[in-house]
Amino acid sequence: MDSKRSSRRELLKLGAALAGGATVALRGTAQAQEHTHPTTPSPENGSPMIHGSKEQIEYGQRSKYVTSVRMAHPMGGRASPDVFGKVFHVATPLQDSVGVITPSSLHYVATTRGSYLPDIDPKQHTLTLHGLVDRPLTLTVDELKRFPSVTRLHFIECAGNRHDGTQKTVQETHGMTSCSEWTGVLLSTLLRECGLKGTAKWFVAEGAEEVKGASSIPIAKGMDDCLIAYGQNGEPLRPQQGFPVRIMVPGFEGIYHTKFLRRIKLVDRYYMNYNEFGHLRPEGKELALGEQIGPKSVITYPSGTQQLPGAGFYEISGLAWSGGGAVKTVEVSTDGGKKWNRAQFKNVPQRMAHVRFAYEWRWDGSETEILSRCTDDIGQRQPMREEIANWWKVPFERNYRVPGLDNSVMPWKIARDGSVTNGLA
Amino acid sequence: MGLRKMFEGRNPLKVVTIPLLLASLVGSPAIAQSPTYGVGRTPTAEELGRMDIAISPTGEELPPGTGTAKEGAQLYLQKGCIACHGAEGLGGLAPALQSKQGADVNVWKKERILPLRSPYATVVWDFIRRGMPLGLEGTLTPDEVYSLTAYLLVLNHVIPEDQVLDKENLPTVKMPIGDEFGKPHEFKLNAPRLKGYPY
Repeated sequence: MDSKRSSRRELLKLGAALAGGATVALRGTAQAQEHTHPTTPSPENGSPMIHGSKEQIEYGQRSKYVTSVRMAHPMGGRASPDVFGKVFHVATPLQDSVGVITPSSLHYVATTRGSYLPDIDPKQHTLTLHGLVDRPLTLTVDELKRFPSVTRLHFIECAGNRHDGTQKTVQETHGMTSCSEWTGVLLSTLLRECGLKGTAKWFVAEGAEEVKGASSIPIAKGMDDCLIAYGQNGEPLRPQQGFPVRIMVPGFEGIYHTKFLRRIKLVDRYYMNYNEFGHLRPEGKELALGEQIGPKSVITYPSGTQQLPGAGFYEISGLAWSGGGAVKTVEVSTDGGKKWNRAQFKNVPQRMAHVRFAYEWRWDGSETEILSRCTDDIGQRQPMREEIANWWKVPFERNYRVPGLDNSVMPWKIARDGSVTNGLA
Repeated sequence: MGLRKMFEGRNPLKVVTIPLLLASLVGSPAIAQSPTYGVGRTPTAEELGRMDIAISPTGEELPPGTGTAKEGAQLYLQKGCIACHGAEGLGGLAPALQSKQGADVNVWKKERILPLRSPYATVVWDFIRRGMPLGLEGTLTPDEVYSLTAYLLVLNHVIPEDQVLDKENLPTVKMPIGDEFGKPHEFKLNAPRLKGYPY
């Protein structure tokens, strides 16, 4: 009797809601669901139901059975959390990734001062372009969105994304790279609007956060493909990715992708900001290897700490990318590097974007090592660590540190019991 | 459809030439200099002055002001720098500001300390102004920044104790690194990272 009345009430409510319009109707349905669906399995429906909560309706959540998360990353020997209790670097769980898009919630994070994040009101935020231009320009975020936009897939990788024998998972070895679909306005569009002067050779991109982090970027790069991004994966940037506006400097080290972008100053020389101080190296050669990310790939399945259930068929899967252009080829070796086999692409390779590769493999159950290597469309190829040491004419040792950005080949060891471990260990 | 009709019966060479010509015009800076969208506004000189904190190695953007290490040592206590960086820049939780190593050690073998390894004293000045002190970034006056810069440079034996730093002499400070650091190469589009590097 009671339950009958209750469901009648729900029906009435639903009817009223439907009459009231689509938005209200949705809410009404959700309430009805909450009251009428059982939370324990029924014979017809093997699974319990997820409550139609406000959160599930407004901004959907993943299944509670999906537990893949980012981790604090102790990069460059810097403890994380550090002595101030702040987390500087957060790594993406690449071992669980599928496809090429990193969910915004799982995108890697690197910050200047730990977890301090500016809470910027986009209505108050402006971007100013000035210096060597005919007409300095100040734009609100809404005004920026009025310019013709582009949407592009790009990875961002931190310069500290290095692999060595101490790390266990691919999240630790390679988790400081992520790939998103970015939407925004090409910097060249804005610079043409301002009237870029011929004397401009560099520009300084500066953030609005507490330390006003700034980087110097060559104007040739700026006019080619830099992107003033306000969108990531179909929604506004996340605060950890620079909400409301960041600059994308496709293929350059992560630190160049200035977040909370408030100012672009066109200048005639190299400005050494604190970020550039961090890039200082004794030799120009090493410095040059630390700007544009080299061709790089890594197998994400099977990777460190994963377990193969037994001999048989596996699709080896991984990610490849290059800061110089689009990935051209990926090869996979399943015998420790003796024979290399062409991998297939799972999506069309794009400039400065992750591409998903795969190689079909029948494991015979014996101990082996699997590796991947790639080339890009400007003729660069991913080297073995030993090759790099030879080029620099230094003895190759187990703990050899690659100068500049580390884009060397990553080996995973597979034991007879199917356990996967770091091949550099 | 319309285009095909337009070019019908014409010299095929011309058909190719016209789009090429158009493309080259779009790429030329001469034609790209007029505002196309008319969106946004011109920032005022006052706004730009307040916002423009970028300092180049030659330092012409530096504001007027003066400072000494003696004043800097007092500010180091008053502004709370000591709480994170330790007494005289040593032993704190935040990065050290003074080297523990002797004067005979090459600067590249010493710790990565900004007022020691930076090729330009302007970078020290710039970072103190934009990034310090914790929680009160951007509040130091130019005189205070000159003084703190002088103090840190004296701690690292870069300038004499009694030197008065100002807009004119700060960019001329001879830093220990001298010219021994890699210079940025000229960036080229669609080119390998380093010429001759096979990878």
